[in-house]
Amino acid sequence: MTQVSMTVNGKPVSADAEGRTLLVDFLRNQLRLTGTHVGCDTSQCGACVVHVNGQAVKACTMFAAEAEGAEVRTIEGMANDDGSLGVIQQAFQDHHGLQCGFCTPGMVMSAAALLRDNPKPSEAEIREYLEGNICRCTGYHNIIKSILAASGQEVAIAAE
Amino acid sequence: MYAFEIERPSSIADAVAALKSEEAQALGGGQTLIPALKQRLAMPEQLVSLAGIPEMRGVCKSDAGELCIGGATPHAVVAKEAMADFPALADMAGHIGDPAVRNRGTIGGSLANNDPSACYPCAALATGAAIITNAREIAADDYFQGMFSTALEEGEIITEVKLPIPEKANYQKFVQPASRFALVGVMVAKYADGVRVAVTGASENGVFRWSEAEAALSADFSASALDDIKTSADGMIGDLHGSPEYRAHLIGVLTKRAVTAAA
Repeated sequence: MTQVSMTVNGKPVSADAEGRTLLVDFLRNQLRLTGTHVGCDTSQCGACVVHVNGQAVKACTMFAAEAEGAEVRTIEGMANDDGSLGVIQQAFQDHHGLQCGFCTPGMVMSAAALLRDNPKPSEAEIREYLEGNICRCTGYHNIIKSILAASGQEVAIAAE
Repeated sequence: MYAFEIERPSSIADAVAALKSEEAQALGGGQTLIPALKQRLAMPEQLVSLAGIPEMRGVCKSDAGELCIGGATPHAVVAKEAMADFPALADMAGHIGDPAVRNRGTIGGSLANNDPSACYPCAALATGAAIITNAREIAADDYFQGMFSTALEEGEIITEVKLPIPEKANYQKFVQPASRFALVGVMVAKYADGVRVAVTGASENGVFRWSEAEAALSADFSASALDDIKTSADGMIGDLHGSPEYRAHLIGVLTKRAVTAAA
């Protein structure tokens, strides 16, 4: 066991972790930030996407010790300071971008990473960027609509 | 996963020293190694992370016309920073895995693993790259030694890769849609002294050069130059995604597409 320290959603945190402790397990079990989900645990599904030093990563495929000293942002850090939903979260609610909601934390974190690099993505660019995020309700159309809306663009694709 | 300790050295010298232990293993971006550890396919007592070594990160262009990429440079950085000097490589890097995987996975990790369906081995072989390690420089033609097998010695790490920038190049990947690895991938690179063609995903011996196509394209850099060259299914991978015959056929199709796109 070694002590791992990082900044999570702006707050300095520190807890014990084994070498083999995954970042996602550190967040969920040690810090009790259970918004980040473990779907497949094989880096396919993207439910565990968080930002480490501003980069979207799969928290199930990175060790907590590798995030020592890093700035980590999770779904719990996506709301506004007053607790109201952030722009992307609100767009997911408005456009029914979630069904069961299991994949949503990863979808929102991937969307945030995309919109930072590409503030007005096309529908095709959004679909390509979400290649590593799987929604097993298959609710992709509304997820795409939500992200288009969050980027301030007209939501033109047909509802399915 | 079995238990292990993680070391995070900040210099190549410290990493090499840590890897002297027989039970130690290098950890690049972990996008292949961590899933393998979860399946208990590896059981190191110590992982030596190469991610925090500044001298192993970054992309630059040498005076000799090579693109020099630090061994611990993630795919996403190559996709961005190689765009101006070597767009075919940037395009390849930008289509490995998915965006989150590209933020962690590294060129050194990919080359050290030498997965038979990985993209970077194809680029290294098609450009005749130099694989620079902590100990020596290895020519790509000598480096790849069959599926998951390379010239690297125990404890040797890839610190840099130098890829001669071609006049024209293109990479065509036929994506296996579940894994996003190449079912077959072909890179064609044209230099003043000839054309090199490397193929990944197809052979049971891993990445290889298609010498008949290289000769034909060196004489005439057009897709039609390949019309009479047949590929054999002997030694090609056959699995539920595609038969050896199918992969052999794809090699020809993708090479023609790459030549057309590059020309």
